[in-house]
Amino acid sequence: MKKILLVDDEPNIIMSLEYTFKKNNFEVFIARDGQEALDILKIEQPDLIILDIMMPNVDGYATIELVKKNEKLTNCKVIFLSAKNKESDIEKGMQLGADAYMTKPFSIKKLVEQVNELLSTSP
Amino acid sequence: MNSGILIVILLLYLGLLFFIAQWAERKGNSKWTNNPYVYSLSLAVYCTTWTYYGSIGVAANSGLNYIPIYLGPVIAFPAWIVILRKIIRISRVNKISSIADFISLRYGNSRFLGALVTVISLMAILPYVGLQLKAISETFHIVTNSTESNNVFLDTSTYVALVLALFASFYGTRYVDASEKRKGIVTAVAMESVLKLFFFIILGLYVTFYVFDGFDAIYAKASLMDNFEERNTIHGLEGGMNWMMLIILSFFSIFLLPRQFHMSIVENNREKHIRTAIWLFPLYLLLFNLFVYPIAWGGNILFEGKDVNPDMFSLLIPQLFDNTFMTVLVFLGGFSAAISMIVVSSITLSTMLSNNLLIPYGLLGSLQKDNQESNSERIVNIRRIGIFLLIILAFIYYRFFIMDFSLVSVGMISFVIVAQLGPAFFGAIFWKRGSLNGAVAGIIVGMLICFYTIMLPFLLSSINPESNFFKEGFFGYTFLQPFQLFGLDYLEPIPHALFWSLLFNSLVYLFVSVSFKGNYRERNYAEMFVDIDKYINNHENAFIWKGTAYVSDIKKVLKRFLGEERTNRALSIFKMKYNIAPDNLLADARLVKFAENLLTGHIGTASAKILIESVTKEDKISLPEVLKILEESKENLIINKKLTETSNELKVLSAQLKTANETLVIKDKQKDEFLDTVTHELRTPITAIRAASEILHDDDEIPGEIKKQFLQNIITESDRLNRLIDKILDLEKFETGKQKIYLSTGNIIQTISKSLSPLQQLISNKKIHVEFDENQFKVLVDFDEERIIQVITNLVSNAIKFTDEKQGLIIITVLNEEDFIKINVFNNGKGINPNELETIFDKFYQSNNQNIKKPIGSGLGLAICKQIIEAHKGKIWAENVQKGVTFSFILPKNK
Repeated sequence: MKKILLVDDEPNIIMSLEYTFKKNNFEVFIARDGQEALDILKIEQPDLIILDIMMPNVDGYATIELVKKNEKLTNCKVIFLSAKNKESDIEKGMQLGADAYMTKPFSIKKLVEQVNELLSTSP
Repeated sequence: MNSGILIVILLLYLGLLFFIAQWAERKGNSKWTNNPYVYSLSLAVYCTTWTYYGSIGVAANSGLNYIPIYLGPVIAFPAWIVILRKIIRISRVNKISSIADFISLRYGNSRFLGALVTVISLMAILPYVGLQLKAISETFHIVTNSTESNNVFLDTSTYVALVLALFASFYGTRYVDASEKRKGIVTAVAMESVLKLFFFIILGLYVTFYVFDGFDAIYAKASLMDNFEERNTIHGLEGGMNWMMLIILSFFSIFLLPRQFHMSIVENNREKHIRTAIWLFPLYLLLFNLFVYPIAWGGNILFEGKDVNPDMFSLLIPQLFDNTFMTVLVFLGGFSAAISMIVVSSITLSTMLSNNLLIPYGLLGSLQKDNQESNSERIVNIRRIGIFLLIILAFIYYRFFIMDFSLVSVGMISFVIVAQLGPAFFGAIFWKRGSLNGAVAGIIVGMLICFYTIMLPFLLSSINPESNFFKEGFFGYTFLQPFQLFGLDYLEPIPHALFWSLLFNSLVYLFVSVSFKGNYRERNYAEMFVDIDKYINNHENAFIWKGTAYVSDIKKVLKRFLGEERTNRALSIFKMKYNIAPDNLLADARLVKFAENLLTGHIGTASAKILIESVTKEDKISLPEVLKILEESKENLIINKKLTETSNELKVLSAQLKTANETLVIKDKQKDEFLDTVTHELRTPITAIRAASEILHDDDEIPGEIKKQFLQNIITESDRLNRLIDKILDLEKFETGKQKIYLSTGNIIQTISKSLSPLQQLISNKKIHVEFDENQFKVLVDFDEERIIQVITNLVSNAIKFTDEKQGLIIITVLNEEDFIKINVFNNGKGINPNELETIFDKFYQSNNQNIKKPIGSGLGLAICKQIIEAHKGKIWAENVQKGVTFSFILPKNK
C-alpha cells in the first residue's frame, strides 16, 4: 500500500482528496500546513506528497526545500497543487524539485492519473 | 553771570562731548553706538539753534508759521522707506561720501558737477554756520549780561568759535576714507540731541507751569493782546500757498542739506535703522515743538511793550525771574544744537571741498607722485584745515555780514539755495533720461533766479533798503520785481523765490535732458542708480567699460592711497568674488569700477576716475552701444531670472513626479498582489466545489452520509464565494466614493451587542471567552449602524481566528471621551509583526512572505473596516499590547 501525504489548509479540499485517495487504496496522511507536514515526515516516509503553496505558518516552498534535503525522502515524489497559476509560479515550483505542478481548480481524475504515473515510474 | 564761569562750564561741556566721542570711537560696533536709536537721534542734527531760538521768534511774531519747517520732514518720512533705502544702497556700493559725490557720480561722474554742487553747498551752508556762531555769541552775551565787543579779538565769542573749530577739525578727520563711519561724532551728536530736547522741555515746563499756570492761563492772557488774532491766522488761500511752499522747502531740505545727507546716508550702518527713524524722528520733532508756542506767547505777555528780540525769549524769561540755573541750561541746549550743526556741516563741507573741488582741480597731480603715508596725511590735513577755515570763514561772515538779520531769514535762504539741487537729485534716482547738461543747466538757472529773487535783494536791502529795485524791478520792468516776479504777488519772498527757482530749475532740467542725450557714462550710471536693487550684489558688473588696462598699473595707483597691504587684501577679495585667476594681467570693467570705488572714499569720485583713467586706455563707446549692452544685460537678467524660476519649477515638478511615480509603482505592485490574493481566494472555494462535484458526479458507490457531506461542502463554499464577491464590491464602492454613509444617533453599546450575537455560535464552538458589559451606560454617537456592525463583526471574527481554542480571551471596551468615542477589541492571540501593524489595513495587503497565508483571510475585511471608519471621519489602528493585540477605532462626536 502506497503512502500519500496531503498538505492543504482548506478542510473541504482535503476532504475530497482524502476520500479519493483512500478509495484508490492509498494510506493517507493529512497536514493543515507546512509545519504539520514536516512533523509527520519525521516519522513517516510517504511515496508522494500533494502540497499546497499558500498556507499559514510554513508555506509549500519552504516545505519542499526541507523535503529535498531529507535523505530519507529521496524517492518521495512531490506534486504542487496550488491556486498560484502564473508561469513564474510554476517555474519556481519545478525549480525547487517538484515532480509535477497542478493548478487549482483541478480535475480529480487528472490528479489521480498524475499520481499513478509518477508512482509507476519509480522503483 | 560771570563770563569766566560760563566759559569754564562750556569747556567742561565740550570736554564731556569729547569724552563721549572718544568712548564711542573705541567701542566701535558695540550695541551702544551701532543701534537704530543713536541713528535716529543723530538725524536730529536737523534741529539747530533755529529750532531753539528762531522758532520762538517766529511763533511770537506770526503764530504757527514755524510749523511748516517741521511738517515737510514729517511728510517725507513715509517716503524714506523707499527713497532713503535706495540712496543708502547706491551710496554704499559706490562708496559715496557726500551729496556732491552722489549727484556728480550719477551724471557720468562729472568733475564739474561735483564742484558745482560743492560751491552751492558752501554758499548755502556757510552763512548758516555763521548763523549758529551768531546765536552762540548772542546768547553768550545775554547770559553773561555783557555786550559784544567791537574788537573781534577782545570778544569772548571769538574764542568760543576757535575752540569749536579746533574740536571739529580734530574730530572730523579721523579717517582718510570719507565714506567710513564716524562713530564718535554720530554718538556725540545723538547725545546732544537728547540733551537739547531735554533742556528745552524743562524750559517749556518751567515757563508753562511755573511762570504761568498751564497752557490755558497763557492762552487766556495771550488772547487778550491786541494783535493776537491777526498773528494767529493762516491768512486765507495766499497764506496756505505760502505754507505749502515752506513745506516743500523743508521736504527737500531733509534730503538735500549736506549734514542731513551725511547723517542719514553716509553714517547709516544698517538699512533697517530707517524703520526706527521713521517714527522716532517725527516724535522727536513733535516733542520739540510742543512748548514753542507757549514759550513764545509767554514771552509776548511778559515782555509786552518792551523792545526785546523774541528770538531770545527762551533765555530772557528765566533771566527775568533770576533763574540762573535755567538760563545756563537753555544756553547749553542751544549751544548743543549749534555745535552739532557746525561740526557735522563743516565735516561734510570740508569733505566736499577736498574731494570734489581741491583734489580734482589741482592737488591730484602732486598726490599722484607721492606714497601712501604722505598722501593720507596730506588728504587729512587738507580736510582738517578745510574744517577749521570753514568755521573761521563762517565766523567772519557772521561778524561782518549778518549781524542784523534774524536766525530764520538766513536759514531760509540756505534752504532755498540747497533746494536747487532737488530736481537733479531726485531725477538721479528715478529718471534714467536725466542728463548732465540738464542737471547743470537746471541748477545754474535755479541759482540765478535765487540770486535775483532773494540774495540780491537781501544784499541790497542791507546797503540801501529804499532802493527802487524792489518796487520797480530791474531797469524799471515791473514784471521783474524781485519779490513779485512775473506779477506773482501773493507769496512771501522766500516761498516766492522757491517757487520760481524750482519751477525753472525743473523745467530746464527736464527740457535739456529730453532734448540732448547724455553720454554713455551718464546712461550707465543712470541705470546703476535707478535700478540699484538689481545690481546691489555685484554692481561692478553693471559698469560698462571697454579698453586696455593692466592690473599692475591699477595696483600701483591703489597703493599710493591705500598702501601695500590694503591694496593686496582688497584685490584678493575682488578676485575671489568674481572668481578671477590670480595671475590675470589684464583688468576688465569690473576691476576698473572696483578700483575707482576704493579710491572714491579717499579722493572723491571725480578724482578716482581721473586717476584710473591715467593708467588705463579706454576705447570710446557710443551711446547706442551702451544702450544695447544695458538692454542685453537687462534681458540677460530677466532671462536668467526666468531660467532660474523655470528650473526651480521643474525641480519641484520632477520631485512631485518622482513621488507620484513611486506611489504609482507601489500602487501597481499592491494591485498585482491584490489580484493574486483575490484570485487565490476566489479559486479556493471553486476548487473545493469542483472537487466535491467531480466525486459526486463520477462515483456512484459513494456512501449516503459522505455524499451529504460533500453536498454540504458545496453549499458552504458557494456561500463563501458569494460573501467574497460582496466584499470586493463593497470595497470598490468605498474606494470610488459610491458608498454613502447614513449617520444617525444611536447607542454604540447596543450596536456592539447586536454585532456579537451572530458570532455566539462561533465563540462557543471555539470555547473562547468574550468579555463585554452589555449593561453599561448608553454611549450616544452619530454613526451608520449597519456599517459599524460590519466593522465590529470583522474585528471580533478576526480576534476569534487569532486566538487559540479554549484559552482564547476577547475583551471589548468602550471609552466615552469629550470629543470622540473609542472602541477597543483586545484578543490574547499572537502579536502582529510590528512592520505590518499599518499595512494590514491596506486592501492589497499580504504578509511580507507572499505565500504565508494570513489567518485573517483575504485581507479585505480590515481594508473595508478602514474605509468605513474613515468615512465616519474616525481612525482605526492596531497595536501589540502585553499578552495580545488590540484593534481600536475612534468615532468623532462632532463631525
